Amino acid sequence: MASGDLAGMYQQVILEHSREKHGFGLQPEADASNHQLNPTCGDELTMQLHLDGNVVRSLTWEGAGCSISMASASLLHDLAPGLTVDEMHARIDLFRELMHSKGAGIEDDEPLGDAVVLEGVSKYMARVKCAMLAWVALEADLAQVAA
Amino acid sequence: MSHPAGTTELTTSLTDDEVLLIRRDFPALNQQVNGHELVYLDSGATSQKPFSVLDAERSFYEHDNSAVHRGAHTLAANATELFENARSTVARFVGARENEIIWTSNATEGLNLVAYGFSNASVGRGGADATRFVLKAGDEILTTEGEHHANLVPWQELAARTGATLRYIPVNDDGTLRMDEAERLITDRTRIVTFTHVSNVTGVINPVETLVHLAHAVGAFVVLDACQSAPHRALDLAALDVDFAVFSGHKMLAPTGIGVLYGRAELLDALPPFLTGGSMITTVTMESSGYLPAPQRFEAGTQKVSQAIALAAAVDYLTAIGMDRIERWEAELGARLAEGFASLPGVRVLGPAADVHRAGLASVDVEGVHAHDVGQFLDDRGIAVRVGHHCAQPLHRRFGVTASTRASAYLYNTTSDVDAAVEAMGSVRSFFGVN
Repeated sequence: MASGDLAGMYQQVILEHSREKHGFGLQPEADASNHQLNPTCGDELTMQLHLDGNVVRSLTWEGAGCSISMASASLLHDLAPGLTVDEMHARIDLFRELMHSKGAGIEDDEPLGDAVVLEGVSKYMARVKCAMLAWVALEADLAQVAA
Repeated sequence: MSHPAGTTELTTSLTDDEVLLIRRDFPALNQQVNGHELVYLDSGATSQKPFSVLDAERSFYEHDNSAVHRGAHTLAANATELFENARSTVARFVGARENEIIWTSNATEGLNLVAYGFSNASVGRGGADATRFVLKAGDEILTTEGEHHANLVPWQELAARTGATLRYIPVNDDGTLRMDEAERLITDRTRIVTFTHVSNVTGVINPVETLVHLAHAVGAFVVLDACQSAPHRALDLAALDVDFAVFSGHKMLAPTGIGVLYGRAELLDALPPFLTGGSMITTVTMESSGYLPAPQRFEAGTQKVSQAIALAAAVDYLTAIGMDRIERWEAELGARLAEGFASLPGVRVLGPAADVHRAGLASVDVEGVHAHDVGQFLDDRGIAVRVGHHCAQPLHRRFGVTASTRASAYLYNTTSDVDAAVEAMGSVRSFFGVN
């Protein structure tokens, strides 16, 4: 039997996202694209940002990695459309705060939508990087379009 | 200890009962992790330490702490004696002489030391004695596809600095070296042949004698990465006839921060130094300096005294149990791991078939589940394994995976440790909803 912590980290919705990978498949063009590599485990991910003016139209991505990194990218894909660039930045900051909460969670996690299911990851220091991979890539995309 | 050549003496293995006694010497093994008794199967990454090693390091600081090779006082003399006795102990352990054992921080530093020795010779350092180490365009350095990054990256850098070409012996599907390719690739152009004794990913034991024979036939130097062999089997480096070898203390019951470079004395005395400074010189003027012979030639600056003494304690511990017995026991555990994993649906053992002799480790790819997730699932049951590429990306690429899960045993593991890992591995795919 798995412990409560483990089952908390690998909730069914996470395992489903890790298999379904919403938004998987790169487009020929994007407003910004960023590749992230986690050298300790070899996980990698490319995140493309598609904008309508100042609003995120969609994200597309490809990557290979653990269930947490894949599910996190899939959940981010579902969260992003319709957010302004500033709102997207705020969500990324909030998600980082959640991941660094060491299992305690954060006061207002509502803006993160379904991505809050990843809260259990924050108990496992070594896995926070996995969950952050897609979000860090998107952050770099946003920096590209701002430049 | 190894037996005199020509004698056949039956060596017994260890038993689970004996191992349970051995475990009492290792405090870190006696704990619960996530509500389970710890099953430590990550000794390929680093080993746990027995009380005798911990005590040796503590005792040095409690009673003998002082600077070695300097100072006329009693503590300095005691420290120097302990430090040099440690060198003798380690030298005996691997069939070497004292002046052939260089203390390094780790095996990586040892490999860099050799590479930079060649590099320095190639820019004219070391005088006439060092011309044998000069590399130039057209020369070749030969490594293998199965190496730890530590035995690859320093040679890539050496090739880039000298204009030499780096080539590699590819591996077969089972992780063994393509010996037909080795024969083809070792030519008059080959100057260095470097390879691991035992693969840290597959547990393959490479044919050292054959490779040494091929290399020496063309006048090439042989560098042996003994990180996964020195801790686990009797080693006679002089008999193996390698020119250089490295291993790391922390993988053989000793602390971190201490490693060993072995080199044939004649070569070490001719190789230009890598790190320079205090303690390795003869006469220093404002213009230039002369250097001591090995080992001091390669031991600039304050040394790893307590770690070296603790490494000698580790060697004493291993020797008292017997390296041949340890090797046998681990071969049994390695076979049990490989057979157990191979019997599980959707689990592929990287490297040799389960019934082929291997060291005491096995790495697997679990279909549909990433290694990190496998490791996390096992950790939840108190089972410690390594996940990732184990610092061997090219080998993983060769096997068509980016990461794997490795269980690696040591003298303190029982058959029930192995069985716990196999049983847990058998539950991984259903937990993650794969079939």
